Amino acid sequence: MSNTKTIKVDYLARVEGEGALFIKIKDNKLEECQLKIFEPPRFFEAFLRGRQFTEAPDIAARICGICPIAYIMSSIHAMEQILGIEVGGQLRELRRLIYCGEWIESHVLHVFMLHAPDFLGYQDAIQLAGDKPELVKMALRLKKAGNEIVRLLGGREIHPINNKVGGFYKVPDKKDFSNLLEELKWARDASIEAVKVANSLPCPDFDQDYEFVSLHHPDEYPFNEGRIISNRGLDIDIKDYENHFEEIHVAHSNALQSVHKNHGNYLVGPLARYNLNYNQLSDLTKQVAVDNGYDRQVINPFQSIVVRSLETVYAFDEAIRIIENYEKPAKASVEYEIQAGVGYGCTEAPRGSLYHRYEIDEQGIIKTAKIVPPTAQNQSRIEEDLSNFIPKFIHLDDDDLTWKCEQAVRNYDPCISCATHFLKLDIQRN
Amino acid sequence: MEKSILVIGVGSPYRSDDSVGLSVLKTLRMGPPEQVHLMERSGEGSDIMDVWKKYQHVFLVDAVQSGKAPGTIHRIFANQEKVPTDFFHYSTHAFGVAEAVEMARVLGELPKSLIIYGIEGEQFGIGKDISKHVQISADKVTGMLLKDIQKILTGNPTYA
Repeated sequence: MSNTKTIKVDYLARVEGEGALFIKIKDNKLEECQLKIFEPPRFFEAFLRGRQFTEAPDIAARICGICPIAYIMSSIHAMEQILGIEVGGQLRELRRLIYCGEWIESHVLHVFMLHAPDFLGYQDAIQLAGDKPELVKMALRLKKAGNEIVRLLGGREIHPINNKVGGFYKVPDKKDFSNLLEELKWARDASIEAVKVANSLPCPDFDQDYEFVSLHHPDEYPFNEGRIISNRGLDIDIKDYENHFEEIHVAHSNALQSVHKNHGNYLVGPLARYNLNYNQLSDLTKQVAVDNGYDRQVINPFQSIVVRSLETVYAFDEAIRIIENYEKPAKASVEYEIQAGVGYGCTEAPRGSLYHRYEIDEQGIIKTAKIVPPTAQNQSRIEEDLSNFIPKFIHLDDDDLTWKCEQAVRNYDPCISCATHFLKLDIQRN
Repeated sequence: MEKSILVIGVGSPYRSDDSVGLSVLKTLRMGPPEQVHLMERSGEGSDIMDVWKKYQHVFLVDAVQSGKAPGTIHRIFANQEKVPTDFFHYSTHAFGVAEAVEMARVLGELPKSLIIYGIEGEQFGIGKDISKHVQISADKVTGMLLKDIQKILTGNPTYA
């Protein structure tokens, strides 16, 4: 007698996207696993057409409430490429600094408020706070330090407004950083403890064979600039992204799934960055990695929680380096003249590479816009991981299996992970 | 400090009725009573927990989707009652408004008074327009808020 059951995980979210996880099991074998995503970037691509190029950063920032800096910076870099300007020196450093702030905010939120409760068997972070209030208070303070960086440079914590094509509207004085610097030094120490906490969490064995794709820069851990590389020999300029990657429309999802042409699916995000850029981490971060047994390739997606924590240490360390060496630049931005052209931007959002392409005319009006968010790039790979993961736990009852799947989906911190709290379990049996 | 008042409007301007909290804030901005601070937020929980720390009296306006008729106004006295976690279906993350309130309660960090106005939304698709019933309720909530604030300022708060 055949026994078919279907597990449907519906989830909705405000800005970052909407999606559902659909799992069909027949006679205790996985028959189908589909991740369905609806993504706002498609709407925004249309919305951007006809707007002035200077509006792109502020509009793109609204695509994601968690990583607006990534959207702002990918669009700004694309526009600057069209205009033929380079933003260097302290302005470039300030851009790295605000990126540190965003990584801290996003990673700390994900590690402690969303992911750690899964590993510890808590329903949510509120239960965790009940049992371990000091740990949660520490996490909230770490995240606030990230908020402060974004507020100081971005003008406000959410939907920052101070970044623009050419640099910033206003740059801080050195003294503006003095209070923040002390807090960041506390936070850097605390984040090292946070790595130990993440590393102590019980983690399932689940090594996978990935093509990792990330930005790579010879001298620095990648935020804003670099070439796109992979562990399988890819090494390209960002303007060639669309020659090597394509988006395929699959019937079950409104989102386009990205694949590496002739290679298949791939993974972007913390694991990819870490494995491809370990040498570019700061000495301190590498030492913390060694102390925790992470001076190695990490191919278990459940260990991404530790890698996010290590990237948080790096972000604090890098922020402190930038602030300690900061000298206020004479000008807050670089001047330019409008010219028509096509430009490309790719930066490392907390959850992976975020690619933008724009075409503008001689008046600076946006003719076309293309945005490929990290979650779309990871979608196919997440499905494959879940297809490998579910059979290991197929004996569990539906509640436990659903819970395991939620935890697995959160490994990738997809924009859609936001609403896995609002699960609707729909089981059909024949 | 004693009478410091904060109104938080939560929402995304590009998700139709989800922006109703921002709409209320926009109206209040036209002539905010003195001593009242207005803040627009995305709804990420830990951020909200942080911004209300400095204030004694906090109001939060957000769209909700609990199955009631569009435009239904929910008024929650968060110091006394639990916020249903499935209330703010459109919260940015699993750690959203409801979670922020409950976590602040666990950690002993709730403001002295926290009143949440939830306005039942109708459309949450991509777009910038607010549904008619929802907008009517937004105007009502603005009036209710102004009365609440007036009572605090005259030393007779609705609830504190």
